[in-house]
Amino acid sequence: MSKTVKLKKGFDIKLVGEAEKQLADFKPAKTFAIKPTDFIGMQRPKVTVNEGDTVKAGTPILFDKAMEKVQYVAPVSGEIVEIKRGDRRKLLEIKILADSSISYESFDKFSEDALRSLSKQDAIEQMCKGGVWPQIIQRPFGIVANPEDTPKSIFISGFDSHPLAPDYGFLLQGEEKYFQAGIDVLSKLTSGKIHLNVKGEGAVPAIFANAKGVELNKFSGPHPAGNVGVQIHHIDPINKGDIVWTIHPYGVVQIGKLFLEGKYDASKLVAVTGSEAVKKGYVKTYIGACVDPLVAGNIKQDNIRVVSGNVLTGEKINRDGYIGYYHHQITLLPEGNQYEFLGWMKPTASRLSYHRALGLLSFLSPNKEYVLDTNTNGEERAFVQTGVFESVTPMDILPVYLLKAILAEDFDEMEELGIYEVVEEDLALCEFVDVSKHPVQEIVRKGIDLIQYS
Amino acid sequence: MKFLRDLLDKQKPLFQKGGKLENLYYLYEAGETFLFKPNHTAGIKGTQVKDAIDLKRMMITVVIAMIPCLLFGIYNTGHQHFLATGQTAGLWEDFGPKLLVGLKLVLPIVIVAYAAGGLVEAAFAVIRKHPINEGFLVTGMLIPLVVPATLPLWQVALATIFAVVIAKEVFGGTGMNILNVAMTARAFLYFAYPAQISGDQVWTYLGDKAPVDGFSGATALAVAYTAGVEGQPVTQALAEHNAALGEGLFSFMNLFIGWIPGSIGETSTLMALIGAVILIATGVASWKIIVSGFAGAYVMGLVMNLFAVNEYMAMAPEYHWVIGGLAFGVVFMATDPVSAAQTEVGKWIYGFLIGVLTVIIRVTNPAYPEGIMLAVLFMNVFAPLIDYYVVKANKKRRLQRATV
Repeated sequence: MSKTVKLKKGFDIKLVGEAEKQLADFKPAKTFAIKPTDFIGMQRPKVTVNEGDTVKAGTPILFDKAMEKVQYVAPVSGEIVEIKRGDRRKLLEIKILADSSISYESFDKFSEDALRSLSKQDAIEQMCKGGVWPQIIQRPFGIVANPEDTPKSIFISGFDSHPLAPDYGFLLQGEEKYFQAGIDVLSKLTSGKIHLNVKGEGAVPAIFANAKGVELNKFSGPHPAGNVGVQIHHIDPINKGDIVWTIHPYGVVQIGKLFLEGKYDASKLVAVTGSEAVKKGYVKTYIGACVDPLVAGNIKQDNIRVVSGNVLTGEKINRDGYIGYYHHQITLLPEGNQYEFLGWMKPTASRLSYHRALGLLSFLSPNKEYVLDTNTNGEERAFVQTGVFESVTPMDILPVYLLKAILAEDFDEMEELGIYEVVEEDLALCEFVDVSKHPVQEIVRKGIDLIQYS
Repeated sequence: MKFLRDLLDKQKPLFQKGGKLENLYYLYEAGETFLFKPNHTAGIKGTQVKDAIDLKRMMITVVIAMIPCLLFGIYNTGHQHFLATGQTAGLWEDFGPKLLVGLKLVLPIVIVAYAAGGLVEAAFAVIRKHPINEGFLVTGMLIPLVVPATLPLWQVALATIFAVVIAKEVFGGTGMNILNVAMTARAFLYFAYPAQISGDQVWTYLGDKAPVDGFSGATALAVAYTAGVEGQPVTQALAEHNAALGEGLFSFMNLFIGWIPGSIGETSTLMALIGAVILIATGVASWKIIVSGFAGAYVMGLVMNLFAVNEYMAMAPEYHWVIGGLAFGVVFMATDPVSAAQTEVGKWIYGFLIGVLTVIIRVTNPAYPEGIMLAVLFMNVFAPLIDYYVVKANKKRRLQRATV
């Protein structure tokens, strides 16, 4: 049964700098990188190529010794120019200098009809080999799914409610055929349903509206309505022992292409957003692209931060860094590394606050867009304010108690309070609104790690 | 403000690791972060932008909400003095002199409370190497407002030090305390120096002047209690009280507005309500606690009416709202987020029980005329228990879902 869920709790952070829905002309990136650190839960990454090797798009370059079946493949063809390691030889980046025209490894090709008779085993085999498997994320824990498991259902969030998030309708336009093929493949992997959740307000993008073999649910309300974790909570909650898989619609399209075209196509649209970007729009590139061409010459001033992803869950990268594997957006923000005289006390309308103690009159301009910098606006303190985390978490979860249970390393409490249902992004808003400036997402991951590995 | 910034930057190495005054780093830091919002930026992972608010801002909002009570308290202290010594009868006559008397009495108390508590905070920050707790901004203002203007300053200092050390610092500072700090200060005074805080004549400052004939400094609660014992209807006793000071000293309206003897900031229900509006509008305090606190007192007042065996029990429930410090306590003490219940359902129960307990203590306990202080402290202790059951219910829901 399709559901319509109206969420009241949450908060939309409205920022200046949304990407215009058109392709902007940026120079193409020359280098691309796969960062093992993007794959949460990857335990023992093993590189299978050496510096100087040439690869095609789809050539395996990396796998996790804990799950050897799943291959991580090169997004583009070219030469491996650097295998960057950090402290204690931790693998950080595998960089590829791209060829001017991409050549592809070839995989088995299926017609749309042939896909229907494909066996589950063959489907998994090709997905693992063809590099699309890491698109499937397992809940609980938010890690790359294990091909040996059978999930009770698969969830796809059809919209992103994060600040300045790209529009999926634009991101995926023209990919209907592949999306449907991807769904057909995915349907073999679960005994349950595939839930496709779309925005309650506005028109549903054609790619989702016409999809077959899915349960279309509607979610309305402020962020985090688009978070797949919140959607799972309201449709088919996770209990201890359950396994649910989630996948980004882009991943579904990638799977479809792998089976219909017989190639690993890592091309994607990335939205260039943020108040400090001069040119804002979408750019066609590949997974793991270097952001240098998107940043150089495209910034209003020099003191900026480049964020791969959005401002709530993204990651700071260098100006010549690489877009995260799962990211479809970069955000250019002003760096907030300056002092402000009596900054905590001044009445102001230029800074955004969820709390009325600062933004008392902000309700008068609900659609105002803000320029926010990266200043923490205060220092870390003990938990004081109560009731706020709950008001931005549209789940039957008590975030403060959950976080305290994690800090106390109380396993039973963590389980009972819902650690299986959350990953970092679901409580990211708590981190934003926190008066006491706790690293909420870091704490959540600590809790997940504790539960997962002990 | 560049020169200030330069000055701070110049001194900074002195206080940093390896500097001469390394041990006093947190004192420097307190000053620095008071003057300038720090230049800290978000980490590599996690939220890259943060809400503009911080704990300092939240705490200062509470202080702002208390300002109406403070200003009213200052003027009322002078006004009561002039009334008791028979110098004027009108409310706004001698405005200036009344204000001066009030300022002369109240300001030193505020200064002593902030100074004494500030010193303790600073000492703990230096010894334990933690930042100065902003919570003291609020405590330092709350304590003066819940004591009578006639309280000796050394008692103010002692109570503040006791409260900050015993109720807060031993638990680890703001955010870790179990009891409301200001209420602990008041309780300390109550049990250590009852003569100064619960006598009959203490509430009104007389100075070197003699009181007018027939003056009694008893508070409304004391009058109500005595009336209850003597079998006179409480409202009548209140209305007739201190006729020497002009009619209607303890009329309902006067009790509501607060032109009565009492602790500095506690007498005016109206000012507490203005504070409540500020706290609720800014979202700093839980409206649930405030509403349920008043509701609890009213409901218990009604119950008392039903089983009235004396006149105090028969007092109309709305009087409980306006006599004594109930309004102030419910608005500023019960809503302390740290010592109150922390779950949303828990807040309803917590506030309601504070109201209920206040009335029970007031009406049935012969020893303490005021109940709000003990009610808040008592419920502080029980708040974790309330939360425990609310959280347990949440876990149970989670578990039930699993079997479906």
